[in-house]
Amino acid sequence: MLPFILKRLGLALLVALTVSFISFSLLFLSGDPAAALAGETASGEDVEAIRRLYGFDRPMLVQYGEWLFSAVQGDFGESYYFKLPVASLIAERLQVTMLLGVCGILFALLTAVPLGVAAAIRPNSLIDRVALFLSVAGQAMPSFWFGLILIVVFAIQLGWLPPSGAATWRHFIMPTIVLGYYAMPAIMRLTRAGMLDVLNSDFIRTARAKGAGEGRVLFKHALRNAIIPVVSLAAVQMGFMLGGSIVVESVFALHGAGFLAWESIARNDLPTVQALILVFSMFYIVFTFLADVLNAWLDPRMRSS
Amino acid sequence: MTDTLLSVKNLTLNIPTGSGTLKAVRGIDFDLKRGETLSIVGESGSGKSLTSLAVMGLLGKSIKRQADEMRFDDIDLQKANRRVMRDLRGNRIAMIFQEPMTSLNPAYTIGDQLTETLLLHRKVSKAAARARAVELLEKVGITAAESRLSQYPHQLSGGLRQRVMIALALMCEPDLLIADEPTTALDVTIQAQILRLLVDLTREMNMAMILITHDLGVVARVADKVAVMYAGELVETGPASEVFAAPSHPYTRGLLRCIPQPGKTERGAPLGTIPGIVPSLIGDVSGCVFRTRCAHARPECREAIPLRGDASHEFKCVHPDGALSEEGEVA
Repeated sequence: MLPFILKRLGLALLVALTVSFISFSLLFLSGDPAAALAGETASGEDVEAIRRLYGFDRPMLVQYGEWLFSAVQGDFGESYYFKLPVASLIAERLQVTMLLGVCGILFALLTAVPLGVAAAIRPNSLIDRVALFLSVAGQAMPSFWFGLILIVVFAIQLGWLPPSGAATWRHFIMPTIVLGYYAMPAIMRLTRAGMLDVLNSDFIRTARAKGAGEGRVLFKHALRNAIIPVVSLAAVQMGFMLGGSIVVESVFALHGAGFLAWESIARNDLPTVQALILVFSMFYIVFTFLADVLNAWLDPRMRSS
Repeated sequence: MTDTLLSVKNLTLNIPTGSGTLKAVRGIDFDLKRGETLSIVGESGSGKSLTSLAVMGLLGKSIKRQADEMRFDDIDLQKANRRVMRDLRGNRIAMIFQEPMTSLNPAYTIGDQLTETLLLHRKVSKAAARARAVELLEKVGITAAESRLSQYPHQLSGGLRQRVMIALALMCEPDLLIADEPTTALDVTIQAQILRLLVDLTREMNMAMILITHDLGVVARVADKVAVMYAGELVETGPASEVFAAPSHPYTRGLLRCIPQPGKTERGAPLGTIPGIVPSLIGDVSGCVFRTRCAHARPECREAIPLRGDASHEFKCVHPDGALSEEGEVA
């Protein structure tokens, strides 16, 4: 198990390094950063002065090395717009995003997995049809529309929940449902397909021939094998939720990291965008790594490969 | 306690399909005494496996089971509820399957899977269950048994996995072992070993065994009784020695002719085959099921066929003594 973890860790680090280089290069792909900083009315001399001030005149690799060296120490430079350290800016916004992401994926897993298992036990039954309906509806509804509908019903008409903001736990209920429901259909269908497949396998018949009860057959013998692809999918979706909850954050006016990314892109605030891309990518890398480790624990065959 | 361990009378299995009811097994009778080995022989799709699964109570939900009697020891299997069946399975009736490569759960160690059976049925400590697992692994001829407990199925070969499956079936010292083509998926050299092991173990533990196979060579070596199954019916049953010495049903004779015999079968001569295919079992099935492939088919073969022979050796064929001359038959 340990060699497997170390190998995956090494791979994750390589991916992280590659991503850091790409996100740094973005600064230069989007045109002359000095000109962008100086503004449209600046003279050529001003632009040159800014170029020297920010060190844009040095070779790109040197700048990258310097940036990376600071970045691993948690220093991402200063935001052009807020004139604040990018690191503290992101740290503050990330709290909201992470809370929302964790709630969202938990909501998705806690609804999708039981529903998928129940649907697989009795295919074509009422519960299977309900699960199918819920997943089709979830895939068909855009998040912003579903969010607005929830606001209209539960915040405006019924007045049960606050429509926007992040002050209390009640503010997070609707965003959690919207974000989680977006991830739910894929997890549900994968769980159902996996369970159906595993329940027809020979080792399930062996478990029954041993005299194991249905609960034991389903959860000890079947689910552990069926859940393996679900773990990988959930990891990717978790990464997506942390990086891509821009729409949900906008609808519910939650000022999280996704919202910050959207703002910073609009303002050409490159250090912030760079740092956010790096942070979001790190989430993907970390969750994929954790999913690999969890899968290797669930399925011993993966440890050797 | 009676001498008869398992008694099945007039077992019928129907499977509803889109195009009608598939009469997979029709009116099967057999019984088995303690310590006895019954071999059910027949080609693929003849209903051998379904019959064994019916005894285990492991048929799919869609299959309809009917019987005049299904009794295991003192237990009426038709009236037994799920709880009773669960207590029987793995404990008093154990089963070995055809596919050793896929019959073990890939996610758990050999030790976990072996001890699970014992822990489900007996109040024993984990340590005691592990000790029993080691004992049985040694008994089925696995070396370094202790260290195997922490291995996973994918680390073992097919032959080893089948040995593990046998050890698994024996964990609770069952009264009846059902082996469904236990050697089909294995190399020929391993087949002989596994078979010998099964025979030795059933003798040693005084266990009854139902050995399902399509290999008559296997039957000749191990079975006390033979039941020849064709298209869902038992066409001939009897003591193995008698059935082999005087096969009475044309199908049994056909099967026997399919086995090449060293020294007897001429080099280069075509191997015996039974021409034709198994008839469809959907819809009305009456008369002799073998008549479409039988060289001796007569008009009366369309009628219901009575059982002939004496109480121990019975066959379903209209030919008066069954012992027909071989000349008229198609090889």
